[in-house]
Amino acid sequence: MTAMTARDGKTNQAKHPIYLDYQATTPCDPRVVDAMLPYFTEKFGNPHSRNHAYGWEAEEAVELAREQVAAIIGADAKEIIFTSGATESNNLALKGVAHFYKDKKDHIITVVTEHKCVLDTCRHLESEGFKVTYLPVKPNGLIDLAELEAAITDKTSIVSVMGANNEIGVVQPLAEIGALCRKKGVFFHSDCAQAVGKIPLDVNAMNIDLMSISGHKIYGPKGIGALFVRRRPRVRLQAMINGGGQERGMRSGTLPTPLIVGLGEACRISAEEMDSEGKRLTALRDRLLKGVSAKLPEIYVNGDLEHRVPGNLNISFAFVEGEGLMMGVKDLAVSSGSACTSASLEPSYVLRALGLDAEMAHTSLRLGIGRFTTEQEIDYAIDHIVEAVSRLRELSPLWEMHQEGIDIKSIVWADH
Amino acid sequence: MSYSEKVIDHYEHPRNVGSFKKDDGSVGTGLVGAPACGDVMKLQIKVSEDGIIEDAKFKTFGCGSAIASSSLVTEWVKGKTLDEAAAIKNTDIAHHLALPPVKIHCSVLAEDAIKAAIADYKKNRAGEDGQA
Repeated sequence: MTAMTARDGKTNQAKHPIYLDYQATTPCDPRVVDAMLPYFTEKFGNPHSRNHAYGWEAEEAVELAREQVAAIIGADAKEIIFTSGATESNNLALKGVAHFYKDKKDHIITVVTEHKCVLDTCRHLESEGFKVTYLPVKPNGLIDLAELEAAITDKTSIVSVMGANNEIGVVQPLAEIGALCRKKGVFFHSDCAQAVGKIPLDVNAMNIDLMSISGHKIYGPKGIGALFVRRRPRVRLQAMINGGGQERGMRSGTLPTPLIVGLGEACRISAEEMDSEGKRLTALRDRLLKGVSAKLPEIYVNGDLEHRVPGNLNISFAFVEGEGLMMGVKDLAVSSGSACTSASLEPSYVLRALGLDAEMAHTSLRLGIGRFTTEQEIDYAIDHIVEAVSRLRELSPLWEMHQEGIDIKSIVWADH
Repeated sequence: MSYSEKVIDHYEHPRNVGSFKKDDGSVGTGLVGAPACGDVMKLQIKVSEDGIIEDAKFKTFGCGSAIASSSLVTEWVKGKTLDEAAAIKNTDIAHHLALPPVKIHCSVLAEDAIKAAIADYKKNRAGEDGQA
């Protein structure tokens, strides 16, 4: 685990940069790997084999994991469906509900800042004839409950609002949305890939009917996820994958026992450590923000700082282009909203949805802090970012204009 | 994505960073690109009495390839006549820096910056001659 090795700022010659991209993925916790290993080799049975001990021990492990996953969101184990990840869970929740109830209801509500796999699924459903409302967000990234209420009609089958955003980490008011959806009699689905294990979640207190969970965002393995599907009041789904009828017929296919054991253990650890880890990550995040703010003027945090998961910061460093900046902070593994490499040259749609100018969206960095981030790494990151931003501002014609008091918006720029 | 060694070299050791005074009659300034697109280049040339570019400076807001493209052209235009500088093609820049297809626009912008700087210099000279 070279990427997690603590180091001081002077001798940063390690092969790997410091990993500050925990919203992209997380390493497996060694405890998770330990729990998984026996299920690759000696305990390799098919959990659906009912007639011998190999099957029984695999089934037992799967059911324990199901309880561990259920526990972290306050659900019943019977309400957990294992999938290949949050993308599949989101597809199953939205397509499953839309298709099952299509004779009576044909309207779906979601939010413009949702993950691509929710938005793309909604686009697909639109092509099948469903109607989709994409709610805007306020400049802090949160939805307006009055707008949600106004959008719900008697044709609405499901409302899908993510728990925490993958780019800016903002946490939507899930309990309020849940209460509203329950009152209006529509299902509430939440993509909680970025929220599970980071903030307390309770599907009953929050009136959540379906919830998507990802393994690799919570120090579990890649290729495994879960969908919570409420039993009372019952949510019905049309399956996307047909076969042997596993997972109450909602998701056929032999369950990957080692991955499921890993997801369960990852949930157990996250639930146990959420409180202390949340405080530690918040302190590291505050240290990072304070450190760069103290030395750099004209920087802006994107998204609400109060309603936010502990390990996320998204900062626009005005007058410095994000991709150029990522190249400058080469000892840090981070990501940018600049997406300059994409064919469209369009910056992040999430940042644009906050009302950020394209130019500010181009200057953003996402800094993801997680379980293996140390204080020394944060201190090194502060110095490295300050140095790179300062150097690139000296190179920036926009910074020069800003220093000279020229309003960059007053200039007529050519499109290209 | 990975960058070529030449891009990294220009990014880490950019040549001729800085600015000349815009009102100097021997200076031409080209400002191309747009902040909303993620690239802005400012290229300045200082031209001698006999029409040779004797110095050049740049500042760029953009990715590593944009910074490298503009840094490179400051080296290339020095010592050239205006016509020679105007003949620099974006394909030469892209080829020299081994830019991948998604970064070709950076070299296009650098070529535009040269042409804009030359046009600005000529405009300034025409203005001065008119006053004289």
